[in-house]
Amino acid sequence: MKLSVNGVSRDYHGDPDMPLLWFLREDLKLKGAKPGCLIAQCGACTVHVNGEAMRSCSLPMSTLADARVETVEALSKDGLHPVQRAWIEEDVAQCGYCQTGQIMAVVALLKANPKPTDTDIDEALSNLCRCGTYNRIRKAVHRAAVLMAEGK
Amino acid sequence: MDTMLTRRRAIQIGATATGGLALGIAFSGGESDAARGKEGGKIGLYVRIEPDSRVTIGAPSAEMGQGINTALPMMVAEELDVDWAQVAIEQMPLMIKKSDDGQSYTWVHFPQGAGGSNSIISGWPLLREAGARARRLLVMAAAARWKVPAGECITSAGVISHTKSKRTLRYGDVAAEAATLTDPAEAPKLKSRNDYRILGKPTRNAQSLAIVTGREEFGVDAEMPGMLHAVIARAPAFDVQIQAVDDAAARAVKGVKHVVRLDGPKADEPYTTVIAAGVAVVADTLWAAMKGREALKVTWSTSPWANETTEGSRAEAVRMMRGRGQIVNNEGDFDGAIKKAARVVEHVYEVPYVSHATLEPQNCIAHVHANGIDIVAPTQTPGRASRVANAITGVDRGKIAVKMTRLGGGFGRRLEVDYVAEAVLISREVKAPVRVFWTREDDLAHDFYRPDGRHHMILGVDEAGKVIAWKHRLASAGKNNRREGVKPEEIWQADFYEMDFPGKLVPNFQREYFLLPSGAPRRSWRAPGHTANAFAIHSFLDEAARELGKDPLAFQLEILGTEDRDIPWESDGAVFNPARLAGVLKLAAERAGWGAPVPAGRGRGIAGHFTFSSYCAHVVEVSVVNGKLTVERVVTAIDCGFAVNPLGVRAQVEGGINDALSVALAQEITVKNGAVVERNFDTYRMMRIDGSPKAIDVHIVDSPRDPTGVGEPPVPPFAPALCNAIFAATGKRIRRLPIGDQLSL
Repeated sequence: MKLSVNGVSRDYHGDPDMPLLWFLREDLKLKGAKPGCLIAQCGACTVHVNGEAMRSCSLPMSTLADARVETVEALSKDGLHPVQRAWIEEDVAQCGYCQTGQIMAVVALLKANPKPTDTDIDEALSNLCRCGTYNRIRKAVHRAAVLMAEGK
Repeated sequence: MDTMLTRRRAIQIGATATGGLALGIAFSGGESDAARGKEGGKIGLYVRIEPDSRVTIGAPSAEMGQGINTALPMMVAEELDVDWAQVAIEQMPLMIKKSDDGQSYTWVHFPQGAGGSNSIISGWPLLREAGARARRLLVMAAAARWKVPAGECITSAGVISHTKSKRTLRYGDVAAEAATLTDPAEAPKLKSRNDYRILGKPTRNAQSLAIVTGREEFGVDAEMPGMLHAVIARAPAFDVQIQAVDDAAARAVKGVKHVVRLDGPKADEPYTTVIAAGVAVVADTLWAAMKGREALKVTWSTSPWANETTEGSRAEAVRMMRGRGQIVNNEGDFDGAIKKAARVVEHVYEVPYVSHATLEPQNCIAHVHANGIDIVAPTQTPGRASRVANAITGVDRGKIAVKMTRLGGGFGRRLEVDYVAEAVLISREVKAPVRVFWTREDDLAHDFYRPDGRHHMILGVDEAGKVIAWKHRLASAGKNNRREGVKPEEIWQADFYEMDFPGKLVPNFQREYFLLPSGAPRRSWRAPGHTANAFAIHSFLDEAARELGKDPLAFQLEILGTEDRDIPWESDGAVFNPARLAGVLKLAAERAGWGAPVPAGRGRGIAGHFTFSSYCAHVVEVSVVNGKLTVERVVTAIDCGFAVNPLGVRAQVEGGINDALSVALAQEITVKNGAVVERNFDTYRMMRIDGSPKAIDVHIVDSPRDPTGVGEPPVPPFAPALCNAIFAATGKRIRRLPIGDQLSL
C-alpha cells in the first residue's frame, strides 16, 4: 500500500495491524509524535490524517491506504508556524513531551474555528499535559488565532 | 558549599577543536573515561567559547520540565557576561571521578541528581563562580594582548573593552589565548544583583524552539546503532515469581530474536535492580517485540500479597491506630497538655496511593560491550544509573557512560533506576544495544507509588483559645519501603518532615507513626510526604479554626507568631522561618481579597506550606453547581528567595497547581488481589484542560535571600486550599482524596 507522509509518497508492506505511530517514529524516524498511552487517551501522538487531527497510536496501517498524513515536522521549516510561535511566545512548554501533539490538535482546531473562546478550547482539546501547562496553552491558542487572523 | 568550593578549586582549561576556550572546574584526571573521551573539541564542564565568539554553556542537571536547563545556564551566562540570546545550551552527560581515596566515585563538580527542589540551591554558588572564572580568564588574555592592567578592562555582552585606549575585543578573539592561561586560585568577584542583566529577568524556556518543532530528543527518541527493542511481561501481582515460560509462539513472531528471563526481588527483599520479575521479548523492531510479548505464555507463582486490597488496607490502618505507634517527634508533654485543654478538636484525613504517570513512559538504552557500558536514559539520577550498571555487571564506573536526554516528566519516578537495570541486564544477555520500552500499562502497574496514608489530627486549646497541644498520627505504607540498606528509623521518619506545620511552634507536640504492610512498591512522588501531610494539616487547621469560631487565616497566623527567625531544620541544613510562611499567607490573602464577600455558590479557601526550602500559599476560589466543581481563581504567593527566572517560577506554580488539582480531583491507585487495578488513562483519570483553573495570579516575594527551588513547593498547599474552598462554598468537608464523586451527593 501507499500513503503520503509530509508530502512524500511512502510504500508500506509490513504488518497491517501496526499503528501509524510506529511507522512514523520507527520506520521514518519522524519522532515529533510521541507514545504516551497507546489507547488514544492522551493525544501525545496526534498527527493530521487527511487534514484531521488523529491519534496515530490507535490507527492501524491497514486503514491508511492512500491517506495523507502530516506530522509536526511538516508544520513549518523553521518553527515559525503561528501556533508554534505562539507556543514559544507564551512560554508554554515545561517538559515538552505532549506539546507537539497539543500543537497539532490546535492547528486543526483553528482551521475549524479561527477564533475560539475559552469554552471552545476546553471542549475541543482533550490532550493530556502532565506538567499542567493548560493555562498557557489557552493563552497561546488565543495568540495563535490573532497571528493567523493578521496573516503573520 | 564553601568546603566543596575549596576542595574543588582547581580549574581545567582546555582548547576546543577550533582553538577556542573550554573551561570546566576540576576537570582533571580521574573523571570517567567516557567523559574524557568526549573532551576534545567538546564542551568543558560549563563554558565553551569558539574563535567566532559562539558561546555554549553546559547544563549539568536533569531537565524534566522544571526549567533547570534554562535557569542553571542563566547563572553561568550572567557572570560570564554574555548576551543570553547568543548562548547555546548543551546537556552534559554524567560526570564522575574517583574519590580521593580511590575507593569510590564522586561528582567531578556538580551534584547531578535532580530531586528535593535542590538544583537551584547547588547551582547558585558553583555556576556563578564558573562563569566569573571564565570571564576573568578572557579579560586577562585581552589585557595581556593590550599590555594594560586587567583591572582597567570591562566586559559587556561578550565584548572586552579598554576604555582609556578605546579598544575592544570579542570573547572569541581571545578565547585561544585564554585557554593557555592559569586560572588564579582566589575566588573571582561576583556581580551585585543590581548589575544583573540575565538573572532575575523573565526568561523563556531555552529549548522551546526544539520542543515545538519536534526536534528535542527525549529518551524514547534516542537511538544507538544496531539497537534491538525489548518489552517485558512483568509480574501480574506484587512479588510474583516466574514458574515457567513457554516462548515458542513469541519466538515465532517475525523479528523476535531473544527471550530473556529477569528474576525479580522476593517479598521483603530490597529493590536493588528491577522492580519485578519479568520475561523480556527482544526483537529488531519495537512492534515485533510488542507482538512477541502478546504471544508469550508465562506461568507465575501466587503473590504473597494476594489478599491485599485497598479496602483491607484502610481497615488495617483503623485497627492499627487504635493502638500505639512509633513516636517520631516529641516536645513538651502532649498527653498532660491535652488533658488540661479547654477544648479538643480531632479529625481523620486519608490519601490514596498515586502514580507518577510521567507522560513519557519509562525507557532506557543500554549497551554492555567489551570496553564498558553506554547508557542513554531519561533519568533524574544519572549517578544511580551508573551505580546500578556497575552493581549488575561489575564494570568499573569509570567505563560506564551515561548520556542524559530530556525527560518527559520525572516527578520522582525517575529517581529510581529499575528500568536502567532492565536494559543493562538484557543487553548483557543478548550482547547488543537494547532499548527497553514500557507501555502505559507497564508504567501504572509497576510504579513506585506515593504511599497512601491515614492521618489522625488532634489539637487542644487553652481557655484563651491558644493552641497548647498538637498531635499528628499517621499510618502509611511508607516511602522508604525496601530501600537497600535502610535503617528502621529511616522508614518511620521518612513520611514526616521535622518542619511540617506546626513543628517547634506549639509547646506540647507529638508525631506518631504506624507502618502499614503492603506489597505495592513505593517511593518519592513530587514533594514526597508533603503532599499528603499538607492536605491533612491544613484541612485540619481550617476545620479546627471554624469549630473554634476563628478565621482560618488568623488562626494559622496566631500559631506562626510574628517573630522573624530562622529555625534550623536539623535533618538537612535548611531553615524554616515562620515569618516567611506568614508572609506568603498574608500576601496571597491580601491579593485575593480574603475576607471580602464572595458571590453566592462560591467559596474561598487558604493554605500555605513550607516545602524543602521555599514557602508557598494559595487562596483558591471555587464554585460548585449541581455537584460540578469549577476552580474560578487561584491567587498564589511564593517566597523562593531571589527568583532566578521569574517566568520559570510562574510556570512551576501554574504547573504545580494543575498537577495538585488533577491528583485531588480523581487520581487514585487501588489494589485488588495484590495487584494494581488502574492500567491506563481511561481508569487512572488525569485532568484535561477543561478542569484547569480559570485564572491563576502568581505573586513572587521580592527577597534578598539566595534562591531556593520551586519544582515542588507549589504542590502541597493546593489540595487543602481547594478542599477548604469547597467547604466554604458547600459546607461539605473533603476528608478523603480524591474528591471523586463526593460532591455529587
